[in-house]
Amino acid sequence: MSPRPGFVLEVDRSTPPTLFWHGEGFRLEKLPTGSRVLYAPEPLDPLEDPVGSIRRALLQPMGDAEPLPELLRPGMKLTIAFDDVSLPLPPMRSPDARQLVIEQVLDLAAEAGVDDVVLICALALHRRLTEAEMRHCVGDRIYDAFAPQGLLQQHDAEDADNLIHLGLTDHGEDVEINKRAATSDLLVYVNINLVAMDGGHKSVATGLASYRSLRHHHNARTMQQSRSFMDQHRSELHTSNWRMGRLIAESGVKVFQIETTLNTDTFPPQMRFLERREWEWSGRDRAGFLATSTALKRTPDRLARQILHSVRSPYRMTSVQAGEVEAVHAQTTENVYRQQLVAVEGQTDILTLGLPYICPYNVNSIMNPILVACLGLGYFFNMYKGRPLVREGGVVIMSHPTPWAFHPGHHPSYIDFFEQVLSETTDPAEVGKYEEAYATDPWYVHLYRTGNAYHGVHPFYMWYWCAHALEHLGAVIIVGGDRAAVRRLGFTPASTMADALEMATDVVGRDPSLTHLHSPPLIMADVS
Amino acid sequence: MKGLLVERSVPRFAAARLVSSITGSGTSAGVGPLRLTDVEAPALPGPGWYRVRPLLAGICGSDLATLDGRSSRYFEDIVSFPFVPGHEVVGVVEEAYAAPDSSDAPRALHGPALAPGTRVVVEPVLGCIARGIDPPCASCAEGRVGGCQRIAFGHIAPGLQIGFCADTGGGWSQAGLVAHGVQLHPVPEALSDDDAVMIEPTACAVHAALAAGVEPGDTVAVLGGGTVGLTTTAALRQLATPGTLLVGAKYGHQRELAGELGADLAVSPEQLTRAVRRRSRSLTSSGHLSGGADIVVDCVGSAESISQSLAMVRPRGRVVLVGMPGKTSLDLASLWHREVSLVGAYAYGCERSGAADRRTFDIAMEVVAAAQLGRLVSARYPLERFEEAVSHAGAAGRRGATKIVFEMHPRSPKGPAS
Repeated sequence: MSPRPGFVLEVDRSTPPTLFWHGEGFRLEKLPTGSRVLYAPEPLDPLEDPVGSIRRALLQPMGDAEPLPELLRPGMKLTIAFDDVSLPLPPMRSPDARQLVIEQVLDLAAEAGVDDVVLICALALHRRLTEAEMRHCVGDRIYDAFAPQGLLQQHDAEDADNLIHLGLTDHGEDVEINKRAATSDLLVYVNINLVAMDGGHKSVATGLASYRSLRHHHNARTMQQSRSFMDQHRSELHTSNWRMGRLIAESGVKVFQIETTLNTDTFPPQMRFLERREWEWSGRDRAGFLATSTALKRTPDRLARQILHSVRSPYRMTSVQAGEVEAVHAQTTENVYRQQLVAVEGQTDILTLGLPYICPYNVNSIMNPILVACLGLGYFFNMYKGRPLVREGGVVIMSHPTPWAFHPGHHPSYIDFFEQVLSETTDPAEVGKYEEAYATDPWYVHLYRTGNAYHGVHPFYMWYWCAHALEHLGAVIIVGGDRAAVRRLGFTPASTMADALEMATDVVGRDPSLTHLHSPPLIMADVS
Repeated sequence: MKGLLVERSVPRFAAARLVSSITGSGTSAGVGPLRLTDVEAPALPGPGWYRVRPLLAGICGSDLATLDGRSSRYFEDIVSFPFVPGHEVVGVVEEAYAAPDSSDAPRALHGPALAPGTRVVVEPVLGCIARGIDPPCASCAEGRVGGCQRIAFGHIAPGLQIGFCADTGGGWSQAGLVAHGVQLHPVPEALSDDDAVMIEPTACAVHAALAAGVEPGDTVAVLGGGTVGLTTTAALRQLATPGTLLVGAKYGHQRELAGELGADLAVSPEQLTRAVRRRSRSLTSSGHLSGGADIVVDCVGSAESISQSLAMVRPRGRVVLVGMPGKTSLDLASLWHREVSLVGAYAYGCERSGAADRRTFDIAMEVVAAAQLGRLVSARYPLERFEEAVSHAGAAGRRGATKIVFEMHPRSPKGPAS
């Protein structure tokens, strides 16, 4: 039986309560009659033979790329770059898709007699991975073969000696990327395309870039003009990355792009109720929900966080494309849309979101208030094609505990940003005046380079990620959040969904339309 | 006449210490050494002395420390019991012992002649001149009465200040106090009583701000947002030219006031080190900033605040202790290793201003006027409600207040914010 497509449910009196993520817990909310609930397509059937599919993709590349074996020769300099742990979410069960792909590439390189191989985790300004995280990405065999010799590296956007400025785009954008990658005879980039934003020229132009380069598209203006950044052709973020990517290619950097897509089989069987439509919950699903939610409620926050972050997703690979960047990415994006896109007619006055415990920037960490804002307004709000799911001047209601808590090792500059920048202004354009001081702060630079800290400028990027939503919306309400933290974000706290809906009517009027984006799994609305 | 009196009573001090440690500062008035009683007007000790009728008298952190039984034993020999507290006083001259001219002593030793009815603020330190010690000690000879070396000697009882001396009385009494002419400063008409009662604490702040030795462009951090912290912030902004003035204050209204008084940034105390680090673009090692503030002014005086000050001052920087510390346990390794100067700043006297010396109180009056520091007076209480007043002062920050004062003869519409 083929997987069912996405579905828009209209809530009636017989509709059971809707499940909302609420950080490390859940809420069941009875939505008003007439509300719409968007359910994602069911997980697509996975590739029966992912290793064979990878091998075929490498041998039969897309676009004008030559098969990978023909690009490999003894004495050449080969660099394999790969995405960091910001995806997939939650981390997938071993073997990770990156491991499967990189093993194939290394096998071909070995067959061709390539000796000079370096692996680089393309983390841009994200935090460095721990050894355990790196082992999870590439597998023990690769880790043990490369890491001891220093051949398994993490991109360092502050290592001036290992960056190279390739020039300016015709829009005056600096293109500065990892020198080893840029000066290799071949750069193979291994992607996991969890959402439509990932991949394409963004892989190299962002993942291997420096702050000097990133600042041209990671800013409030660009994000306000990306409508949305999940829709490449209407995304200024992508337009800028494409300019940079083409300049990288013109500079002589030969990129062989490998992109993989995953299905949305996100949680293990005991948490499968999360992905099911509530009226279809079996007795086992109900028992799983009760057991999980009760246990999480009674568990201290820190332990609950540890438990949830230890969850490994049973994601399976649905496609793999390799070859020339743009040809590969066009196919990949279609495959992502096939898994995630749901057609929706018309916008809504109120959009409700249940936010989980994890986002791309708090893997094995704390979801601090800035990340809550970014996940809701940066990611979920932008999960649309065509028009935003919520109308201009509408309201987003998010459910999350939003604790005033930060991981001091992972997010040191976030603490200062929250305390000292957001206390002054929440306007994405205004906060930009502090950006350079944070970006060049020697302590943040030190922690980024030597510890496991996000770069000093990263909280600004998170806030810029919200810029389109903040410009578009009439109000943002967080249900069940730490009231002081929610207010610091510039949002309105509400104790219950009923209170939030009442507050929202002050902005959008009486009898508003309401749409709930039911996630997990990942879902994207194609709004007509 | 009613007055508040502190008597030497070990059980009462012990009870106060116990109660305040459980229920908070200022809550032990019922069991502690302070009681409302009939007090006699103190006798005028000699030529040059005046009787002053208080109008307003502030409740200071050092008063609270005494009433809470938390004062250092260091003060035992420089306090005489029983005493009427109150050393932040604006009052009216009622009577002179004798006209200064009738004395054989040089006029300069007596200060200006003051007519009855003159509104004055009291400079409470009982230095050599007030004590009739001639020649005065080296500090007093230089006008630096805060450093007087004879505060336990002379013809009046020991007591570092009016308000801690058995012979002089203090501000918390309708019977008034006695002060030497050199301790009295006429208050300009332009200053209200609220402004005037802030002159003494501001003089402490002025002395601290000048003792800090701020160079133009320095990064200065002030730790504390109570009366001392806020007046110090105002003094630093008025009298020095710091490049950046950062304040760590616990409560929102304190941070707001700090901003109004000249702080470039006011944050919560636990955020101050981070703010200093960012401004100084320092790294962090062993819990200390690699660079840090050029000067940290500690207006709290606790072990925690001193430790934090040492952690955020730069090597060879200076920590100025303005808040009154007690017996404290500290790790001073960083002070030694980083060659940090830890200096105290107590009271006032004369300050070097250009080529000349000026009385600290004269400078303080200008700062009070310019910064409108009378606004820091949050509530006035009659003596009869002393328990409420002291409790309010002990919880001033938490209750949105700054300075709590006693009003001897209520006549203003400004009432206690209870």
